[in-house]
Amino acid sequence: METSLHYFLGIDYPTWWFLIVGGLFSGYAILDGFDLGAGAWHLFFKKENSRRIALNAIGPVWDGNEVWLVIGGGALFAGFPIVYASIFSGMYIPFMLFLAFLIFRAVSIEFRSKEPMKWWRQMWDISYNVSSIMLAVLLGVVLGNVLQGMPIGPNFHLQSNWLQFLNPYAIMTGITTLALFMMHGAIYLTMKTEGRLFAKIHLLLRRAIIFFIVSFSLVSLYTLIYIPHLTDRFKELPVLFIVPIIAFLAIANIPRLVNKHQYRQAFIFSSLTVAMLLILVAIELYPVLVLSTIDPQYNITIYNAAASQKSLGIMLLIACIGAPLVLSYTAFVFWTFRGKVKLDETSY
Amino acid sequence: MDVEILARIQFAFTVAFHYIYPPLSIGLGLLMVIMEGMYLRTGQKMYEHMARFWTKIFALTFGIGVATGIVMEFEFGTNWATYSRYVGDVFGSALAAEGIFAFALESGFLGILLFGWNKVSSKVHFIATIGVWLGSMFSAVWIVVANSWQQTPTGFHIVGEGVNARAEITDFWAMVFNPSSVDRLTHVWIGAFLAGAFLVLSVHAYYILKGKHIELSKKAFKIALVVATLASVSQLITGHHSADGVAKNQPAKLAALEGHFDSLSVADAYLFGWVDKENQEVSGVKIPKGLTYLLHQDFETPVKGLNYFPEDERPTAINAIFQFYHIMVAIGIFFIALTLFSSFLWWRGKLFKHRWLLWVFVFSVILPQIANQVGWYAAEMGRQPWVVYGLLRTSDALSEVVTANQVLFSLIMFTVIYTILLALFLYLLTKKIKAGPYAEKDIQHSSMQESMVEVFEKK
Repeated sequence: METSLHYFLGIDYPTWWFLIVGGLFSGYAILDGFDLGAGAWHLFFKKENSRRIALNAIGPVWDGNEVWLVIGGGALFAGFPIVYASIFSGMYIPFMLFLAFLIFRAVSIEFRSKEPMKWWRQMWDISYNVSSIMLAVLLGVVLGNVLQGMPIGPNFHLQSNWLQFLNPYAIMTGITTLALFMMHGAIYLTMKTEGRLFAKIHLLLRRAIIFFIVSFSLVSLYTLIYIPHLTDRFKELPVLFIVPIIAFLAIANIPRLVNKHQYRQAFIFSSLTVAMLLILVAIELYPVLVLSTIDPQYNITIYNAAASQKSLGIMLLIACIGAPLVLSYTAFVFWTFRGKVKLDETSY
Repeated sequence: MDVEILARIQFAFTVAFHYIYPPLSIGLGLLMVIMEGMYLRTGQKMYEHMARFWTKIFALTFGIGVATGIVMEFEFGTNWATYSRYVGDVFGSALAAEGIFAFALESGFLGILLFGWNKVSSKVHFIATIGVWLGSMFSAVWIVVANSWQQTPTGFHIVGEGVNARAEITDFWAMVFNPSSVDRLTHVWIGAFLAGAFLVLSVHAYYILKGKHIELSKKAFKIALVVATLASVSQLITGHHSADGVAKNQPAKLAALEGHFDSLSVADAYLFGWVDKENQEVSGVKIPKGLTYLLHQDFETPVKGLNYFPEDERPTAINAIFQFYHIMVAIGIFFIALTLFSSFLWWRGKLFKHRWLLWVFVFSVILPQIANQVGWYAAEMGRQPWVVYGLLRTSDALSEVVTANQVLFSLIMFTVIYTILLALFLYLLTKKIKAGPYAEKDIQHSSMQESMVEVFEKK
């Protein structure tokens, strides 16, 4: 950028936007993570009533959760238009599939309860379940590609065909994301259910924890062996090692709390896990947003992809005003619908 | 087919489909606020039933509106990457403001609006309803601001050249209050109120005709009639202001709207007609010198016609633009006549005496939808060949790395999905309307606790 950088509290604007976009996507992963996870379990519940309770556990909040994706996408567009344009057009097919699953998931939740027929409900249950799983996996696939770097050429153009996105590492991160969300979602459901359904979810939760720990270990191992550039930052600044340590402690704490039946705390720690893993990603990337596997000079960084300093400044102000508002009504909605699910005539 | 035409078809199709729903949400939101307000004021249960009934229909429109809206946000990046790079600095802040101020408000309170009837007090619920409605109104603000900036860009400067050129913001408020944003925003809002009001009018007119829920329907019909009358009349004013603005800021578009070819001459206004682009003629019923009078309040001032502009800077689909615009105007005038006549009958105490009039209302539900759609077609096609007026051509705005096959694939995908969605929407809407405001599910307040106990004992 030819124009000089502007600073706020000693941090330059593009870095602030890196933090804001990162914060929004973390918020999205924590919030939509549990409802995607809950959706991924849906067909494990066999009885109609169990399915309804599980669905209504996320009923009043899933739409608000999804807003974080919309805001995150908007913030990316606003803060780093070049990333938005390059990644979205370069990964055309995965994003189109993502949209299709997003639509199917939304209408499945909406339409399922509108007819009593068994086939109708079964159809939407399957659609809801499959789209929840696929959304989690696709999010992970995109993350895996970003971590690994992509074939970016001159003018920030992605030079690859869409099948390249389905490489082993991306699939592994996709599955790990699914496992993480399923664990997170199962913990959320334990807070929302009682009786036999609760007992069943408790059992599933134990399996989810194992599923997550195994897949996470594999991804970590693969990263350390095959993608060594991701650890550079930690070699430069060993103090950052605190982040993976906190992440591992948070993960280790989850089975402990689940065994003690302290689900609310377990949920806090699984949210912390999601946040810590994304902070880990952020540290590994900064200040690069997307690494070029062709030549480092084509890297998309927060500096060459950022909007103008003026624009970033305006939006920083918008974010400062908006964020407390969003957080306050999110908190209000969660507080209103706290506790176990009770079905009534307004339920799905 | 090439990428450009496919990408344009896809954007037009997905945004047109999307635009069935947000106006209904905005319009129904307003009516729900009034209905719930009446309930709080009068304490009459009937208003609560009314509000609950429309909330359920609102949920249907809102759900599809959100799902199809996210598609729009992503499509800028996937299909129009060059455009996104070009306008990101300006457009991004409007879109970010939409997300954080409008969409979050709307979706946050939606949970309480839909599921909070028994969880929060009626006052808190009322606040949630207002929150959702205001959210949808704000949403329109930022989207229309962004689109108006494409029509009449201000508050920016161009940085870089060739493929790296992009607009950078210099003055946020000049961008927000660009010359067309206020006129177009009010026009869009009122168009949305009409969509909501006419849906309510249609459904309750139908109930009255069928002799069902008569007392409730008469009350609801009157509420909606007040909204529809005020909206119809004020739409004339915002429409006139918009047209004035187009004449000043986008003269080529105005010439297309009216089929005016002569490069500089006194212009007629057509009530309806057919444009022969080859011979540069319009045949139809016209008010001689009408356009000149509407714009300048005299009969002498010449108006710039299409030939005034270089061939590659004027819109091409003149007849289509002309027709879309005139259909919108005709519907608007019909609304004014219909609502004023009905209000007159109401004043004389004869509102529900004429069955034919109620039938007119039953079928009029489709008209605001048509007007909203064709109005946007005229506005967007009239802006061609530019995507950002005078700055960036639509043909230069595409994603360079996306191929025609990819766009074709996604176009087919969206066509299939949206066809299913529309069929389901209409089916469920009809079903809800048939069930009516006193659907069995709703009046079991007392037995609700029991059914809940049942739910848990069965397990």
